[in-house]
Amino acid sequence: MGANNEENYLMLSGIQHYQFCKRQWALIHIEQQWAENVKTLEGQFLHQKADQPFIKEKRGNKLIVRAMPIQSNELRISGVCDVVEFIKDDQGVELHGHEGRYVAHPVEYKRGKPKTNDADLLQLTAQAMCLEEMLLCDVTHGFMYYHEIKRRLEVAITDSYRNKVQSIVSEMHDYYARNHTPKVKIGSFCRNCSLQHICLPKLMNKESVESFIGRKIRE
Amino acid sequence: MKKLLNTLYVTQPDVYLALDGGNVVLLKDEERLGRLPLHNLESIISFGYTGASPALMGYCADHNISIVFLTMNGRFLARVVGESRGNVVLRKKQYRLSDNENSSAKVARNFIMGKVYNQKWMIERMTREHPLRIDVEQFKKISQHLSALMVDIHACEDLERLRGLEGQAAISYNRLFNQMILQQKEDFYFHHRSRRPPMDNVNTMLSFAYTLLANDTAAALETVGLDAYVGFLHRDRPGRASLALDVMEELRGIFADRFVLSLINRRVIGPLDFYKKENGAVLMTDEARKKFLEAWQNRKQEKITHPFLGERMSWGLAPHAQALLLARYLRGDLDQYPPFLWK
Ligand code: SF4
Repeated sequence: MGANNEENYLMLSGIQHYQFCKRQWALIHIEQQWAENVKTLEGQFLHQKADQPFIKEKRGNKLIVRAMPIQSNELRISGVCDVVEFIKDDQGVELHGHEGRYVAHPVEYKRGKPKTNDADLLQLTAQAMCLEEMLLCDVTHGFMYYHEIKRRLEVAITDSYRNKVQSIVSEMHDYYARNHTPKVKIGSFCRNCSLQHICLPKLMNKESVESFIGRKIRE
Repeated sequence: MKKLLNTLYVTQPDVYLALDGGNVVLLKDEERLGRLPLHNLESIISFGYTGASPALMGYCADHNISIVFLTMNGRFLARVVGESRGNVVLRKKQYRLSDNENSSAKVARNFIMGKVYNQKWMIERMTREHPLRIDVEQFKKISQHLSALMVDIHACEDLERLRGLEGQAAISYNRLFNQMILQQKEDFYFHHRSRRPPMDNVNTMLSFAYTLLANDTAAALETVGLDAYVGFLHRDRPGRASLALDVMEELRGIFADRFVLSLINRRVIGPLDFYKKENGAVLMTDEARKKFLEAWQNRKQEKITHPFLGERMSWGLAPHAQALLLARYLRGDLDQYPPFLWK
């Protein structure tokens, strides 16, 4: 209980919102505002295909698990892996109900193409960290599948990404505990934000209300 | 700002509303009168004792479409409220502030500031546009009085005193209201506000306009996650949408009063649009109510620039913009709640 109460766990998928804009993350995850736009709908559609829980596929030395719930008690985050691939490997760990040893690799599906920022890679790293904690194994790499280029890319799970995940998640917990929606620097990226009608980005560099009223009543 | 969608006004008393896919279906004696896609609707306002299916109510609550039931004459019956949107944190903030007289006064004074400012500039506009029809000297005097009151309101941190200042402003403004009626003066005159029931044509129209505005405002507040029933200026009273009444103060004159005046002055509504009940209450005919709603709908579509946000939007979104700004103030994004100061 207390700090480890699972209700205080943050959604792993929030990492990408947080990377895009801290305020967007807070609006969605703290204020629980959600404005759907075409992009989020597309994303859901794509996920429907991957979200078929508990269907396990076996292909040769590969075991494929879809929509696997994951969490980390250390990071206090939880989420779902689109796909986890277990590959037979002597360096791996034993899995209940399966012969041999396996190593795990998270696979994340994204609409669009590879991004210039780290958001996707950090999300994948966080998934890997959850898997490591749950399976007591090492996860060395995962895969990103990008719908627009219809290809998957291998991503190494590095220590520098792990550290970054750790510090981002602890910042997120901080805001969450304080229920605080930060003000941020706005930019052209706001135009692609499905929450701009709730966020009112212009407020971030508006004159104070005090001076607005003062100015108006002197008219 | 989001887009203003349509409002469906159901004025036939014996129509039942049902859900069919993403559509609302209007049924009368099992017969379909019409069918409208819900994704084009912002709200449904139903007059008379019509019914609606729970399925429709659930769908609307989920999709942020407000449903309100009113009597034929516009008296409030019920509002459909679904599972609250947004975080309880915002509401708790609202309740805490509302519980504290001092911080309530700081929000409340800006509602009143907006109201008085807008009344002042309505009066000023009259002196510019119709100097030959009105007593300009009296208008100017009252305008100055309102300006002086605004300075006091700005500094006021006490709810009782604030109500006093508001009362003074209302007396001054009401004194001029009759002179703002420029046409059909024999049939439309305003002496004082009569509410329950409205006893003359003007009061009947004002009451109806305020009801519509209050419902739009309550819906806007609920949409952004606030509790329309917990106010700052209007204190809690069971069944009263106090916060909606608070926020609507700013828009009463500039939106509702001006709308009613324009219907009279442009002769959209005339003396034949009313009838008197035995007890003296004045009611609008069904035909008049339809004309009124149509004009109201059109007025809501007109474009304005929001005085604080500087954004173009429909008049009908003014309550939504204010609700959003209030939520953002409670969330700590703004130093105060910015009133809607319209010039
Ligand atoms: S509009 Fe801009 S500042 Fe606001 S949440 Fe979206 S990205 Fe962040």
